[in-house]
Amino acid sequence: MAEPILRAVNLSKRFGGLTAVNDVSLELHVGQVHALIGPNGAGKSTLTNLLSGDLKPSAGHIHYAGVDLAGMSAERISHLGLGRSYQKTNIFLAFSVFENCRLAAQSRRQRAWRIFRKASRFEDVNARARAALEAVGLASRRDAIAAALSHGEQRQLEIAMCLATEPQVLLLDEPLAGMGPQESGTIVELIRSLTAAHAIMLIEHDMDAVFAVAHRLTVMVNGEVLASGTPSEVRANEVVQQAYLGEEHGAGDV
Amino acid sequence: MKSKTSVLLLIVLLLFALFPFVGEKFYVQLVAKVMIMAIFAMSLDLLVGYSGLVSLGHAAFFGLAGYVLARLAPQYEAASLWTSLPLALAACAAFALLTGLLVLRTSGVYFIMVTLAFAQMLFFVFHDTPLGGGSDGIYLYAKPELMLGGTSLLNLEDHRVFYWFVLGLVAAVYLLLQRLLDANFGRALIGIKSNEHRMRALGYDTFRYKLGIYMLSGMLAGLAGYLAAMQYGFVNPDILGWHTSGSVLVMVILGGMGTLHGAALGAFVFILLQEVLSNQAWFGPVAKHWQLAMGLFIIAVALFLPRGLAGLSGQRKLREETHG
Repeated sequence: MAEPILRAVNLSKRFGGLTAVNDVSLELHVGQVHALIGPNGAGKSTLTNLLSGDLKPSAGHIHYAGVDLAGMSAERISHLGLGRSYQKTNIFLAFSVFENCRLAAQSRRQRAWRIFRKASRFEDVNARARAALEAVGLASRRDAIAAALSHGEQRQLEIAMCLATEPQVLLLDEPLAGMGPQESGTIVELIRSLTAAHAIMLIEHDMDAVFAVAHRLTVMVNGEVLASGTPSEVRANEVVQQAYLGEEHGAGDV
Repeated sequence: MKSKTSVLLLIVLLLFALFPFVGEKFYVQLVAKVMIMAIFAMSLDLLVGYSGLVSLGHAAFFGLAGYVLARLAPQYEAASLWTSLPLALAACAAFALLTGLLVLRTSGVYFIMVTLAFAQMLFFVFHDTPLGGGSDGIYLYAKPELMLGGTSLLNLEDHRVFYWFVLGLVAAVYLLLQRLLDANFGRALIGIKSNEHRMRALGYDTFRYKLGIYMLSGMLAGLAGYLAAMQYGFVNPDILGWHTSGSVLVMVILGGMGTLHGAALGAFVFILLQEVLSNQAWFGPVAKHWQLAMGLFIIAVALFLPRGLAGLSGQRKLREETHG
């Protein structure tokens, strides 16, 4: 297999006495969707926060583009090409949908000069914002205030903002949570279309979506990796079936 | 909408420009003072209204620039505006950089407290060391001169010329800030105020933005302080004190945070009201207690106009600005 673009090695995160992520290693490849599944509280979001720089790992390394991201600030990691979306919608509620994306796209263009040029006049930034909105299917809502969007639309905007920064690695934290079937379909299609040029880490509870797009699966329980492999390997894994998949499927999957 | 605002601005500017032809000297000087405070209030609004940084130490910059001018001026002669103004602003920028590196690591109540603390430190530096001339302060016997090749460009000793000089600066500061806030930098600031965490995840080095605006804000407060020292002809530690910081904060809140014209309006109303309410000819012995009436007015505005006086026009400026 080709070299991974991102390699997390023995990552751990402790909050006082609680170990939220324990010795987790993981690889992301361009052209692949790596799904991260596991029950609530398994440490999936914490792992994402470690990769994105929102949290600093207690131990371990994150090898990416020849550097170790562990301990680096979120803004630097973002500029190196890692983009993330949040599980809890994290957008600028008072701004228009377009401005949310425009601001995201603007972050890629931080030139000290032209400080007096109107922000809305940078066509390259506008174009990137528009493209991101179109990709998630929100183009028609560009002038709405973000707070006025439906929950599902806010989730779409969340992803659009991530795309507008044009990352190479996408960390998507439950992108489908709270979306209707039609919106979900759009996002699943979007993830598929992004796969070729990106390395994607997908946290998702919707198993149909996960098995529809994932090339690799990692199952986390209690902060640790329970199993990792191709979807069929993981599906066949008895431990996983007992601990997670079978149970949840039986109890009516979310 | 855009052109309507421009026309309105031009009319206001014209009215102000014509005022010295009809107004008495006292009033011309009063309005000049108001305009100086408008610069001061706009500079603070950059922090409070646009960046979510409530500073209670903004007088530090105002006073610092005044003291720099006072210290640079020869005892009985005029200082050169060409050198004293840039030096005063540079001192403010340096002070902002130095303190900003520390205070900007805090937020909320802590930010209020540490900005206050730094301002008080500066207060005592000028109050208690030979640097400042004690509680009496330092007199400026002549206003700085704007010389070019041996001839004076503007006779700033003339109250009208000084008025127009200040008017030009207010207008320039207003336009410059309007442009800046509408550009990438301003948009990023408003984003940081709204959701700093998300801005960082999007790749913004938010600390640098905050440091940038803190320095700009400090320099503009310094410009106001320089002009004020020029107008009053003396500096004393009061201009650095927390009363001054509190007053300018009230101006911003009164006028409406997050709008430049609101901050300017707040300065206007505050100074004029202060002038009226403390007028003994009108209010007799009650005039001594003008702060009581002022307090009631501020409470009323806070209760009934949460967006400040600028909210009266029904404008939702900030939202418009961020509206793609």
